[in-house]
Amino acid sequence: MTDLKAFAAQAREWLEANCPEDMRQPISSDKDLCWGGRNWEFQSEAQKTWLERMVAKGWTVPTWPKEYGGAGLSRAEENILKKEMARIGARSPLSSFGIWMLGPALLKFGTEEQKLEHLPPVARGEIRWCQGYSEPNAGSDLASLATKCEDKGDHFIVNGQKVWTSYADQADWIFCLVRTDNTGKKHHGISFVLFDMETPGVDARPIKLISGRSPFCETFFEDVRVEKKNLVGTRDRGWDVAKYLLTHEREMIGGQGQLEGQGRPLHEIAASSLGIEDGRLADPMLRAKVAEAEIDDWAFSLTVARKLAEAKAGASLGADSSMLKYYGTELNKRKYELMMDATGHDGLEWESDRSNDGKLARSWLRTKGNSIEGGTSEVQLNIISKHILQLPGA
Amino acid sequence: MGLVLNDDEVMLRDTAEGFFANKSPVTALRKLRDDRDETGFDRALWKEMADMGFAGVVIEEDHGGVDMGFMAAGLIAEQMGRNLSASPFLSTAILAATAIREGGTAEQKAAWLPKIAGGEAIISLALDEGPKHHPAGTSATAEKSGNGFKLNGSKAMVVDGHIADALIVAARTSGEEGDAEGISLFILDPKTKGVFTERTIMVDSRNAARIELDDVEVSGDALLGSLDEGMAVLGKVLNAGRAAVAAELLGAGSQAFESTVTYIKERKQFGTIIGEFQALQHRASHLYSEMEIARSAVMAALTALDDNDSKADLYCAMAKAKLGSVAKLASQEGVQMFGGVGMTDEYDIGLFMKRIRVLQELFGDAHYHMNQFALANKF
Repeated sequence: MTDLKAFAAQAREWLEANCPEDMRQPISSDKDLCWGGRNWEFQSEAQKTWLERMVAKGWTVPTWPKEYGGAGLSRAEENILKKEMARIGARSPLSSFGIWMLGPALLKFGTEEQKLEHLPPVARGEIRWCQGYSEPNAGSDLASLATKCEDKGDHFIVNGQKVWTSYADQADWIFCLVRTDNTGKKHHGISFVLFDMETPGVDARPIKLISGRSPFCETFFEDVRVEKKNLVGTRDRGWDVAKYLLTHEREMIGGQGQLEGQGRPLHEIAASSLGIEDGRLADPMLRAKVAEAEIDDWAFSLTVARKLAEAKAGASLGADSSMLKYYGTELNKRKYELMMDATGHDGLEWESDRSNDGKLARSWLRTKGNSIEGGTSEVQLNIISKHILQLPGA
Repeated sequence: MGLVLNDDEVMLRDTAEGFFANKSPVTALRKLRDDRDETGFDRALWKEMADMGFAGVVIEEDHGGVDMGFMAAGLIAEQMGRNLSASPFLSTAILAATAIREGGTAEQKAAWLPKIAGGEAIISLALDEGPKHHPAGTSATAEKSGNGFKLNGSKAMVVDGHIADALIVAARTSGEEGDAEGISLFILDPKTKGVFTERTIMVDSRNAARIELDDVEVSGDALLGSLDEGMAVLGKVLNAGRAAVAAELLGAGSQAFESTVTYIKERKQFGTIIGEFQALQHRASHLYSEMEIARSAVMAALTALDDNDSKADLYCAMAKAKLGSVAKLASQEGVQMFGGVGMTDEYDIGLFMKRIRVLQELFGDAHYHMNQFALANKF
């Protein structure tokens, strides 16, 4: 316990001394996030300094082993670090699918050579990754994916199309599910491969969304050469890797409600828009819904903490990640609907000075995807029905 | 935050689970109801609960209790909820014990706490008066009279009030109806002249009473806690009550949910097991999610009480609000999925619906606590 206290004191002191003032301001737009990568242009000198300092500490990936760019911290130490960062409002130094998704998969399924090649650049923010999972005919039913990967002796050749590839147009490398065998059941014959987005034959085209933004791409592969050393895990058994990674993704998406919650609470947004009369939000109908949503939000974040604590105690999160994903995303949509209700005409502004380029309206629309991506809410309910409730035919 | 049970807690839960399932299953409640039992619970069971330490779960060892705290109390209440076990646990071991522990003089503690822990005294809290929970709305009065007080007013939903050995009555000693200040607590013998008790058997076949106080004279040492400042003690009593009721709702809701899932795995219609229908699967899975969220709320509230957390009020409001809604949903979905047999007295699901209806009302329903939550957050 005292070790943790000492760590907390050290972390606090270091953060105080090293986190630039500008990096302690709330995030006001997507541009404030640092994604890194070959072509990254730092938004400010402070953003660059902050990343470099955190990289040097191994704190962009605190729990990863030191040889892969981490700091080898325990979960408890990581939690303390997070709390200390939250205490001064420090921004995350690096947003990265490499950290959130590829890293956990490589740590579990990768060879030592793969870990040493790919993890340190992720930790340093030098290589930006994207995820090649969904296809036009393999969305919720992901295992139906058809992108073909042929064995050409010393290398593979990949042909096909991915869709909903997040930031594929800005990514340096892709981790991608491909079909190496289509003779058996659909979950068999899938492999998990890595390749450079600059490889000839790769073409990423942004998709414009209802939010007016284009965070996703359609990504086409035409005779793309992939080195054999870039196959992760066992050939034809990539579904194991995919499932493991999806569990991480669900936990992350499910936790989004909380991330958003770190901004202004819903009731404050409502109060500043509608006013307070006799100590109560001026619209009594909306007030009740806001209270209900905030109670659910609080109980949900306690549940995330409880499930993670249970998992730490040795139990596996398993299908409960579907419960968290389902509940968290539906809750997030509900909160944004209420924010739109609360802000009324103001919230509808799409291009204007005071709306910060339609931030709320665009975010509201973006949340609609939360319950679709990473497996729809209906798919999560199917998973709960099958694996937790063990209902017949689920 | 104690969101995962430790080894001692797991052991207690397992003990309580076996105890109530064996000694006081739903059939025991049916028997009490069908026999029109005068007491409304089994005194022998209550004695056994005392022997197990359950009656003294939040009472200090100096006064004969086991002082295991509110998480332990919640684990016991949860198992009672699963089995619809009738006992004075809530009225006596939670509410009265907390009131006397928090507000009592050394004499009052010595007089009552060992009796509570030993299962020898049943004590009821006479607080609410109208159709809805509203502590500040207390209008019963206690006027100074000689060296003591004279009480007048009427009380409703006094849990176990018809067989209580003592009543803890909230009455106004100053201020106006609606003021949180000016309320005082008195502990008195229900056989005192001027106390009229009507047993009201509630929809869940459990006990409550309406109590009329007509010029009831009590001595000065009947005062429990400080004059005019009863709310300070009541706040802690109600937090304890709300967390315990939320825990019982968790147990009752979980049992209703699990028995429903079991049923839809067996029931066949249209030549297929109805649990194969996605319409039911998705509702069941949604309910599973809600029950998990609800469990966290209950555990957090119980932990907040044990930790004397400064936000304990808010935790308890959250838990009571969440459980009020979720357990109700579990019972409603249960009756619907059981279908026709869900409407019959023979099946237990209806008994769960009735108990949950009562519990969600006690000490404030979901609307009440959403309002409290909003006020505490200044909106």
